[in-house]
Amino acid sequence: MKFSENWLRALVDPRVDRAALVHGLTMAGLEVETVTVLGDCLRQVRVAHIVDCQPHPQAGRLRVCRVEAGESSPLTIVCGAPNARIGLKAPLAMIGATLTGGVSIKAAVLRGVESQGMLCSARELGLDADASGLLELPDDAPTGMPLADYLGLPDASIELKLTPNRPDCLGLLGLAHDVAALFGAALRPPPLQAVPVQSGARRGIRLEAGADCPRYLGRIIEAIDANAVTPIWMAERLRRAGLRCISAVVDVANYVMLELGQPLHAFDNDRLRGEIVVRHAGESEHLVLLGGSEVVLDPRFLLIADDGGPLAVAGVVGGQPSAVNASTRNVFLESAHFAPAAIIGRARRLGLHTDASHRFERGVDPELPERALERASALLLAIAGGRPGPILRAERPEDLPLRPEVRLRRARLATVLGIAIDDDEVERILRALDMQLAEDDAGWRVRAPTRRFDIGREEDLIEEVARMHGYDRIPVQRPSGELALVADSEERLPIGVLREQLAARGYHEAINLAFVAAAQLAIWKANEGAVALSNPLSADLAVMRTTLLPGLAQALVANRNRQLTRVRLFETGRCFRAGTGAPVETEHLAAMASGTADAEQWGVPERALDFHDLKGDLESLLSLGSGPAEYQFDAEDLPGWLHPGRGARIRRGGHVLGALGALHPRLLKALGLDADVYAFEIELDPLRARALPHAGELPRFPGLRRDLAFEMPQDVPWAAVAASVRGAIGERLAELRLFDQYAGHGVTIGHKSLAMGLILQDRSRTLTDEDANESMREAVAALQRDCHARLRG
Amino acid sequence: MDAFNTRIEQARAAIAEAASLEALEALRVSLLGKSGLVTVELKALGTMTAEARKLRGAEVNRARDRLLEDLAARRAVLEDAAFTVRLADERLDVTLPGRRGERGGLHPVTQTLERIADLFARLGYARADGPEIEDDWHNFEALNFPPHHPARAMHDTFYFDDGRLLRTHTSPVQVRAMSGRQPPIRLIAPGKVYRSDSDQTHSPMFHQIEGLCVGEGVGFADLKGTLDAFVRAFFERDCTMRFRPSYFPFTEPSAEVDIRWDDGSAAPQWLEVLGCGMVHPRVLDNCGIDSERYTGFAFGLGVERFAMLRYGVGDLRAFFENDLRFLRQFAS
Repeated sequence: MKFSENWLRALVDPRVDRAALVHGLTMAGLEVETVTVLGDCLRQVRVAHIVDCQPHPQAGRLRVCRVEAGESSPLTIVCGAPNARIGLKAPLAMIGATLTGGVSIKAAVLRGVESQGMLCSARELGLDADASGLLELPDDAPTGMPLADYLGLPDASIELKLTPNRPDCLGLLGLAHDVAALFGAALRPPPLQAVPVQSGARRGIRLEAGADCPRYLGRIIEAIDANAVTPIWMAERLRRAGLRCISAVVDVANYVMLELGQPLHAFDNDRLRGEIVVRHAGESEHLVLLGGSEVVLDPRFLLIADDGGPLAVAGVVGGQPSAVNASTRNVFLESAHFAPAAIIGRARRLGLHTDASHRFERGVDPELPERALERASALLLAIAGGRPGPILRAERPEDLPLRPEVRLRRARLATVLGIAIDDDEVERILRALDMQLAEDDAGWRVRAPTRRFDIGREEDLIEEVARMHGYDRIPVQRPSGELALVADSEERLPIGVLREQLAARGYHEAINLAFVAAAQLAIWKANEGAVALSNPLSADLAVMRTTLLPGLAQALVANRNRQLTRVRLFETGRCFRAGTGAPVETEHLAAMASGTADAEQWGVPERALDFHDLKGDLESLLSLGSGPAEYQFDAEDLPGWLHPGRGARIRRGGHVLGALGALHPRLLKALGLDADVYAFEIELDPLRARALPHAGELPRFPGLRRDLAFEMPQDVPWAAVAASVRGAIGERLAELRLFDQYAGHGVTIGHKSLAMGLILQDRSRTLTDEDANESMREAVAALQRDCHARLRG
Repeated sequence: MDAFNTRIEQARAAIAEAASLEALEALRVSLLGKSGLVTVELKALGTMTAEARKLRGAEVNRARDRLLEDLAARRAVLEDAAFTVRLADERLDVTLPGRRGERGGLHPVTQTLERIADLFARLGYARADGPEIEDDWHNFEALNFPPHHPARAMHDTFYFDDGRLLRTHTSPVQVRAMSGRQPPIRLIAPGKVYRSDSDQTHSPMFHQIEGLCVGEGVGFADLKGTLDAFVRAFFERDCTMRFRPSYFPFTEPSAEVDIRWDDGSAAPQWLEVLGCGMVHPRVLDNCGIDSERYTGFAFGLGVERFAMLRYGVGDLRAFFENDLRFLRQFAS
């Protein structure tokens, strides 16, 4: 909602300056978004009359004008504007004037001709963005008059960011009510007078839409001058509200809408056939709208129709065939009440948003139509003449919205606000807002004015009292009440601990958008069950991610493109898959790394990152939770993004929790990556499970260590070796450590050598060498049997 | 003075000048070893008369004691010198950097979010959570947004074909947390939210924190007190704040909170930092809470907004580009 400050002040003058007015509005919930000061620099600018206009002898684009501006003789003005012409009235900045931006006007010689001032465009005067030519003033503008006086300047265009609950402020009169209440000022409403009826022109009106349209008023005005020029005061007010002049009829309708808040529509009466009918559209009714586009309607739309079919989409937009134009002689003015429920969403369905729909969707005072119709008639008559007929009226009183009586309890008011407000103050506020009050034992019974669609229950009144009393006068109270101890389970690891661990190991946390391109998921072979948005911003952000890895990879590529080759990133976040009913959301943790294993530094040889570096990072997380021993790694059933020989599934208790390994070389190529990249992704929730520590008895007898080295086929996994040794020795094996893996010289081709340390311990006695030898024999036999392993000499 | 004594004196002089521990050891052997000077002299005592042996014996023993003393003294001097040399040899360049892995860091949005959640945890606000893919009821209707209500236009919503949507705010967690529970309730619900809007100041995904406090006698003054304390604690300074009337369908009275921001770089200005209000009775009723008996307040804040102000981040989009050069600035 944008309006001229002077216009508002004509309706209510709060006797405060602009800054105080703007602050007051904002602090009353009518947030001022912008204030554009207009015509602050117009001293020495006058209405001027061009009495002669000749081409400049030295310059083809310039003209030499003789201009009357109230001086004893005409002034010579050199001007380059294309619309400079004899007879035009335009603003003249006199010598000595200082315009917007600090331009000062001096006598200047332009190509040999002295100019005694400057004829101005609207932009040069700081009135508008229009710099296409001189600001054209009406022919009857008094020559020599200061322009500021003529245009009602200085002024300001104030734009409000109105919340949807305050449609009453979409008209200046409604806004003026709030300003009056806020500053204790008197309201000066526009004249409310019925125009004398001068013709008997009538047209029938039928309401066939029930509560959707309980009131429809019309009036025929015959013999108007459709080409009448909108007076400057109206044109300026419209312009300062952001509207362009179109024609007298349309301008009057817009003016009344801005002033009172009631949208009006004007039909060319000669194009109407029979009665006006307000009804719902049938299936597939067509209408060509103002602007020329054709729409197909259905019964959800409310129509204004006549015997020939649809004329307008009620409360939204008019139709082209019945529109007023330059040849219109007789108009039919519509001023109706449409229920918000009948209008809501309709404009949007047509891809439109109009001033009328914006108001009707939110609610327009049902008592306004007659007042608005009279106001528009009077204005139109004054501008375009014509003979008004009687007001034509169709109403369904039982369907008019009622303002319910709302109770406001003193005690409730005090509870909700946390402060007791004096009865006098409550009553002052409510009365100032035009509400009718009746006191009862607990408080008041209140009836809001018909323009207030937002007052339906007690809280609505509490808000009004708070708003007008001032939020800043409500105390700042330290919250009290029972302070519950918030306990987090110790058996559930905080995510922060996992994040910190990764950060300590060199990973930076990334946050990626949760939607990706479907094609991107396909590259990762992760598009199964992906959920697609119906209205994505773009194809690149069209489906919900099923994995965090594509986002991390994109970030990794972007960083490598910035010459950062050692990249370690991680992310935690939800991944989404279609489920039965609601999609399944699973919190994941993923990490991705490329570049050297260690940061470059002295004393540490450079080495490429490998699988086991990343596995170590993962295991450091598992250690925080239930421990790496709870998890199994195997190469079965790997996801498509993994290198088949360098990837692992992560399982616990038979459940797949994630995967780990090198990105598949084909994937690297598709991502445009020329370096090895390792990653893991795991479900976060199971990772957070942690058993409460339990202190056991410490061993009382010393342990023994025996080292063994075995040769065995390359493809025997360490997990099998460890399981075999543990199975053979049983409880006595306190720890099994792998300290070397070797293949090459001295080892059979296709075989490897594993060297391990076995730490043996017994709870009940000190072990002897013979005990240890026995365990070693069992281990050797088991490994021979299970793993085709041969003890090395 | 006999030859023995002369040789002892010579030996003592040699000990005093011994240049190394090895030379000193050789001297010790030559004097006190199996066939050393003193040993030979002591052995010779056996051939003497008792009288002569007594006299001579005392003299030789005295000489031996002096030699032992001298040897020990010289050894101490030589060992000390050797130790000094060793320490000098072992000297390092202590200014060389330590060996370590490079540290990563947490995302500034995470740091801000956790800090805010932690501040509220101290006031007894428990964390709550809800799905990011929501249904219309929880995101809108239960929060008093009727279908097609113009207030919905304030939320540019991403939809799925089945009518579900990406939550546009964390407020649906209020509904989930309150349904099937009775006050007193204090909770905080941080998480990702989505709006179909993308430009320099809007990201289609961002983070919000919802706060909710419901109980008997909870009023607007408590809301003001809570947010005032929070903003001071978060920014670690006295912030001038103002509560400005506004409108949200799920709170009434509603307010937007502005803080007077003055970081010295520009003229101080009012910045909108969060929205809040008293929970609308209809929302309480929708969740099965007696709105006559209980009142409550709710607030919602944008985490990125707070992170930008706190850390001086100028461009919202920087948070989601994951540029390591940007992220490293927050890895302390």
